[in-house]
Amino acid sequence: MSTDTPDASTDDTPSRAELAARVDELEDALAEATDEDDSKKMSIIATKGTLDMAYPPLILASTAAAFDYEVTVFHTFWGLDILHEERSKDLKLSSVGNPNMPVPNAVAALPGMDRVTTKMMEKRIADNDTATIEELIETSLDMGVAFQACQMTIDLMDYDEDDFYDGVTVGVGAATALQDMADADIQLLV
Amino acid sequence: MSAEFDITETLDVKGASCPMPVVKTKSAIDDLADGEVLEVLATDPGSMSDIDGWASGTEGVELVDQEEGNDVYKHYVRKTE
Repeated sequence: MSTDTPDASTDDTPSRAELAARVDELEDALAEATDEDDSKKMSIIATKGTLDMAYPPLILASTAAAFDYEVTVFHTFWGLDILHEERSKDLKLSSVGNPNMPVPNAVAALPGMDRVTTKMMEKRIADNDTATIEELIETSLDMGVAFQACQMTIDLMDYDEDDFYDGVTVGVGAATALQDMADADIQLLV
Repeated sequence: MSAEFDITETLDVKGASCPMPVVKTKSAIDDLADGEVLEVLATDPGSMSDIDGWASGTEGVELVDQEEGNDVYKHYVRKTE
């Protein structure tokens, strides 16, 4: 806008005080922006509820919390069972569909086989002092991990808010998860 | 007990496996004051790499020393900042 005369006393020209205030403002904004970048974020979407698939999201969540990450785990479909206080203590391992199992699929499909493989796995977990699902959830909650239960799946499965561990957030949906993922440094679908 | 630093607290995570040694180390170090050293006793062989990785990726902690003894892995972590 300024034309030819760099006249200091023109109304348009900001005063020294105004400029100094503006610099302060920008410095504050910069400090705030840099501050925010300091804390890393991880966003996990947990979709599976078998005993073996419940571990990876919880192990990564608690470990990331130990790294001072802000962690959100959004549980949807069968992943919701991980947060279900009762069902989380009784997650099953499927004996079919996994060619690494010691029995052929034709045998694995027999009634009661899932219970056998689940018991086997539970025994190994106990023998190895591997943390239980419940321990991992309680530890993660203590460390500030945000567990979210997908509202649509809660309704679909006919679960109740009170079925979940204390501290679990309900009433959230895909938009919340997406926003978390957009803000996160690490995004995982498990 | 290598020299040069005093141990303030000892955390026993013998028997525990991933991710507990790292997770419990983090919780224990949060309770220390700046400059204090935490000794961590673990039996998980993965703790050698994991605690090293955690310490280098986390602000405010420094891995002072690691020792591999008779089936026990010892880690010494100082709280900084």
